[in-house]
Amino acid sequence: MVEKSIHEINRRIKDGSVNVVTAEEMVGIVAELGADGAAKEVDVVTTGTFGAMCSSGVWVNLGHSEPPIKMQKVWFNDVEAYTGLAAVDAYIGVTQLSESRGMEYGGAHVIEDLLRGKSVDVHATAYGTDCYPRKQLDTTITLDDINQAVMMNPRNCYQKYNVATNSSNRTLHTYMGALLPDYGNATYSAAGVLSPLSNDPNYETIGTGTRIFLGGAQGYVTGAGTQHDPTNKFGTIMVQGDLKKMNPDYVRAATFPGYGTSLYLGIGIPIPIINERVALATAVSDADISTNILDYATASRARPKLGQVTYEQLKSGTIDINGREVPTSSMSSFKVARKIAGELKDWIKRGEFFVSLPVDRLPTVGVFKPMLQTQETPLVGDIMSGNVVTIKQDASVYEAAKKIIESEFNHLPVVSNNNSLVGIVTSWDISKAVAEDKFDLVEDIMTKDTVKAISGETIDIAAYRLDQNNVSAMPVVDKNDQVIGIITSDDISKLLARRC
Amino acid sequence: MKIRINVAPDIVVTPIIAEVILETRTLLNISQAHIDSTKGEIIADVPNDEFNKIKAALTSRGAKVTVMDKPISRDEDECVECGACVSVCPVKVFTFGEDWSVNLDEGKCIQCGTCIEMCPHGALTLEQ
Repeated sequence: MVEKSIHEINRRIKDGSVNVVTAEEMVGIVAELGADGAAKEVDVVTTGTFGAMCSSGVWVNLGHSEPPIKMQKVWFNDVEAYTGLAAVDAYIGVTQLSESRGMEYGGAHVIEDLLRGKSVDVHATAYGTDCYPRKQLDTTITLDDINQAVMMNPRNCYQKYNVATNSSNRTLHTYMGALLPDYGNATYSAAGVLSPLSNDPNYETIGTGTRIFLGGAQGYVTGAGTQHDPTNKFGTIMVQGDLKKMNPDYVRAATFPGYGTSLYLGIGIPIPIINERVALATAVSDADISTNILDYATASRARPKLGQVTYEQLKSGTIDINGREVPTSSMSSFKVARKIAGELKDWIKRGEFFVSLPVDRLPTVGVFKPMLQTQETPLVGDIMSGNVVTIKQDASVYEAAKKIIESEFNHLPVVSNNNSLVGIVTSWDISKAVAEDKFDLVEDIMTKDTVKAISGETIDIAAYRLDQNNVSAMPVVDKNDQVIGIITSDDISKLLARRC
Repeated sequence: MKIRINVAPDIVVTPIIAEVILETRTLLNISQAHIDSTKGEIIADVPNDEFNKIKAALTSRGAKVTVMDKPISRDEDECVECGACVSVCPVKVFTFGEDWSVNLDEGKCIQCGTCIEMCPHGALTLEQ
């Protein structure tokens, strides 16, 4: 059994005799020499990843103004930062959007602008106290002007991530990019063979205190990340580093159209090869790492799982989903991940970066729990009108008009002879037909592409769909497309009015 | 080569593309067409050696023809080569190279604009 101490490895880094390889190179070395041989031969394996890391942000300390202010609210280039702390501390979160520019500019852009040396406008308000009398502040600063700018990210570096696809008939705009209708594409993230936590899945060397490459500078792992889910092999880490020392090549603001802003961040973690077990773990390849394909068309935290694929399959450019060949896109850059693993390797070789063992291990068991919701969310079935009035598709416009007047419903779901939904007709459609002197059948004037709901959906989802499609009512259907009710925006407003 | 054909409202109702194809006996592959009551804009592929003939036929019917040298362009400073664009392009303009660079074959672009909405770094723009 090969055992190496961290001091021994750091001594080799110091005298220049250290043998460092990337996690990609290690796959072949272990295949050739075995874990035992590789553990003797290799001292450090470097990993890297470069992708969107939404749970990121920077703590800044602006120094005191004259007269002093205890900022109650603060904005950087119109992006609000959190300041529920002492006077001039604030946290700029990467996904916070600009109040004037919306999704095109967010906290991530403020951070990148600061790092690139650009000036940033600061606006702050306060209630004023005896010790902090100032109530308003406007100034313009650069990164050099502020005391600390510490990147502190509660969750980065997912061990692996789900693959996203879309079974619905419209494009979805998500944090996994645009998902085209009808399984038009599938997107994935994480670096596979180079993914830091996948190369140390038992968290033997990556833990609290581990020195890492963070945004082009030296940073640290401060502990397990939020949503750390080791039991399901979805581990995460919390990290910290000095923004002032980072390199803008590895700290890049992004906008996912229709979703919002995020930060592409480069992280590289060195794995000291302290024994054969650690060596063997770093031999993991793209073919060894599998992940789930999820259908993002279901707007629920329990998205249906459509299958499992390996990173090797994902990187081939297409994957098989229920017999279809679906093109894949990576949302993180493997090229930059490789560059990071290479750069970290060079730092270690040149004696500029020393490896460390964690002062505390990350939990190796535990799961990410769903939210406890104490207030019940009403379902479509709870508030829909069950006594819905439908009309046959071959009925006349006159009959439809009569039904609307009698029933006081503004919308009539149109059904076929076997009662399944084929369209919807509104009082407006009828008025239009009358105005144009068109007394045809209902099926000639109805809207065919009906937006519909099911009774088990939550009201929030129904309201979102009404809004997205710009309609005011949806027929509620069962699994055989038979109309069992109707839900209108009025029903939803009444529910909200009752709550208040 | 890729061309843009602009049509004024007064001739939107005339089947000029069909007339031009019949007159020049040249295939013209339409990849995008946006026509409303005020104007029409068509993006099409034409064989290089037939371009002058087609242009003359279109121009004589009142259409404006512009050659699109670069249907799409990429801001190299913004692009991080993640490859988000790869899976959404219907004509495979974007491909991964051996070293995981994202290569761009701009000549293939039909200006559908799907990649513009996909790119997280706003690195892609269509030529106007």
